Amino acid sequence: MTSPSAPFPFGAIASVVGTAVAVRGDDIDTDRIIPARFLKCVTFDGLGEQAFADDRAELNGAHPFDHPEHQGATVLVVNRNFGCGSSREHAPQSLMRWGIRAVIGESFAEIFYGNCLALGIPCLSVSHADALALQAAIQADPAASVVVELETLRVSLNAAADSAAVGSAGASWPLTLADGPRRMLLSGQWDATSQLLAHDGQLRATAVRLPYLTAFSAV
Amino acid sequence: METGTPLSAGTLYDKVWTLHQVAELPGGSTQLFIGLHLIHEVTSPQAFAALRDLGLGVRHPERTVATVDHIVPTTSQARPFADPLAEEMLATLERNCSDYGITLHGLGSGRQGIVHVIAPELGLTQPGMTVACGDSHTSTHGAFGAIAFGIGTSQVRDVLASQSLAMGKLKVRRVWVDGAMQNGVYAKDLVLHIIRSLGVKGGVGYAYEFAGPAIAALSMEERMTLCNMAIEGGARCGYVNPDATTFAYLQGRPCAPSGEAWERAVAWWSSLASGPDAVFDDEVRFDAAAIAPTVTWGITPGQGIGVDEAVPTLEQTEPDERPLAQEAYRYMDLTPGAPIAGLPVDVCFIGSCTNGRLSDLQAAAAVAKGRHVAPGIKAFVVPGSEQVAAAAEAEGLDRVFREAGFEWREPGCSMCLAMNPDRLEGRQISASSSNRNFKGRQGSASGRTLLMSPAMVAAAAISGRVSDVRTLLDAAGATAPDRAPVPAAAG
Ligand code: SF4
Repeated sequence: MTSPSAPFPFGAIASVVGTAVAVRGDDIDTDRIIPARFLKCVTFDGLGEQAFADDRAELNGAHPFDHPEHQGATVLVVNRNFGCGSSREHAPQSLMRWGIRAVIGESFAEIFYGNCLALGIPCLSVSHADALALQAAIQADPAASVVVELETLRVSLNAAADSAAVGSAGASWPLTLADGPRRMLLSGQWDATSQLLAHDGQLRATAVRLPYLTAFSAV
Repeated sequence: METGTPLSAGTLYDKVWTLHQVAELPGGSTQLFIGLHLIHEVTSPQAFAALRDLGLGVRHPERTVATVDHIVPTTSQARPFADPLAEEMLATLERNCSDYGITLHGLGSGRQGIVHVIAPELGLTQPGMTVACGDSHTSTHGAFGAIAFGIGTSQVRDVLASQSLAMGKLKVRRVWVDGAMQNGVYAKDLVLHIIRSLGVKGGVGYAYEFAGPAIAALSMEERMTLCNMAIEGGARCGYVNPDATTFAYLQGRPCAPSGEAWERAVAWWSSLASGPDAVFDDEVRFDAAAIAPTVTWGITPGQGIGVDEAVPTLEQTEPDERPLAQEAYRYMDLTPGAPIAGLPVDVCFIGSCTNGRLSDLQAAAAVAKGRHVAPGIKAFVVPGSEQVAAAAEAEGLDRVFREAGFEWREPGCSMCLAMNPDRLEGRQISASSSNRNFKGRQGSASGRTLLMSPAMVAAAAISGRVSDVRTLLDAAGATAPDRAPVPAAAG
């Protein structure tokens, strides 16, 4: 099942709201997020349904992505070195098409992190203890509403109206996101292509000074 | 600036980065010019689709080069492919290349092969370039003293549109290797040892500069194996400073400079190497002589041990690595404390961008020659490119392998990953010269992979189990591949 209606990220991204889903474990690589056999495609459409396909098959309905209460979740909470392995953008694409709009974790593989940013999906870091606490809180109250704030760099969890935990003030945890990516998301400048194309003159100047583009003639 | 004039001091990484800087971007990253862009059928179709959606063209079609590798079958490469999805992916690449004027080294061109094998052998990859490709093992090209890294599909779109990328600068760690590798120990063992020691995340945020007497002695093909797996240690790129070995490899290659340009190129390339004044953010040291043939036992490339060691017990494992170790024991069905040598295997695969070059096939053939694959073992050899296949066949290596009971296949990525018909079945366990032993990597959700050098894979095929190739080499009186004598280690 995939989140049907959430539009893909667009423009300035100040916050992500919704519910959360926790996928536990360190070193979850992109082969697990989207197994290689689903890479044989010429469009990304349809990848959402295949997110974590092998893990889900192995767990036979018990994977968090299969739990009915996590359908429609927008925030994914993970542990260490999430997204390691292959550089395939199919991995963030499949998470995005499943419905994920922000990932919170202890740490991320670099290429995965960059690929997410290019899609407008922030990857935010938390401490080991906070990741465990957040995952436990989500598990205890899957319907809790989650707010990820890029301005204040905090994630807060508010108990669902019908949950046993109703009345509790809600908990919040600090997040880390490098300043550059944070400003890119807040200002809507995470769409790299148009920025790169804006520097036409500088691109020409760079090409002219690269010896291997000018048959190594003196420049 | 004149070419041939030494660039400012610093590491090769700093010099190449500075030269390719286009502009500073609002998000704090740098716009970096990309000198060589390599594409293949898996990560490019969506990028071309995005270009069309945005109404953009390809800015420097002459700086992008395409081939087909991931999805090609290695038994029969007749078109159309039996798999309609694979056929559609190749047809899409062909159409995109022809629409945008991009050179495609297709099947039967004599130049087709795994993207990280063909670019060096054509002389496309050169020192001082920035190289990008939608594939994480682009770090391979760092062997030439290029800054080379894998990118995602949106970045493929950006490079097509602007010949540049938004990048953050990495720190540089010098990985210094003293000493000489023992007979039967190869660059694959060296890099598995480095990853085992520094961890699969140890290189995150770093470029690795590989240097020292043992690195200087490596052939270009061995340097490619080493840099190929830098990414498995978390370093997005790894490189070796260009030297006489680099220049000798490049000279005469179809896309390398020639005539007067050659002399100017060599002068410029030489000026790029990290100088004695270069400052590194970090340095680690290894002794090549202490490294044994290395085998992975687990589910990440960092879970490696010498072939003469035992699977580490939980107590021998760092506390934060224990959950992963437990997952690996379970998945691999291994007993902690049991020796790895003697573990039976089902499938033996020699190939991939890590170890599918001529010297890899020579090393494996030296083990296979005059012996035979053990009963019940499926063993096959997949050359990394059409050029590698032709060179190997010219020396009769295909015959050596066939006579020993190996299959000799057509070039492609093959069983490195499961995007073509070559795959593990069920719980099969493979001895593989590829680069990833992740769960399910080789096509069966429960299939198991042991990474090792091509010579070690050949030894496993012959004996039907994980074996120390050094014993077979001693028996045959064979020696390691041509490697320059190592000068005495300083200090
Ligand atoms: S051989 Fe393996 S790692 Fe190399 S490009 Fe092909 S699939 Fe990727």
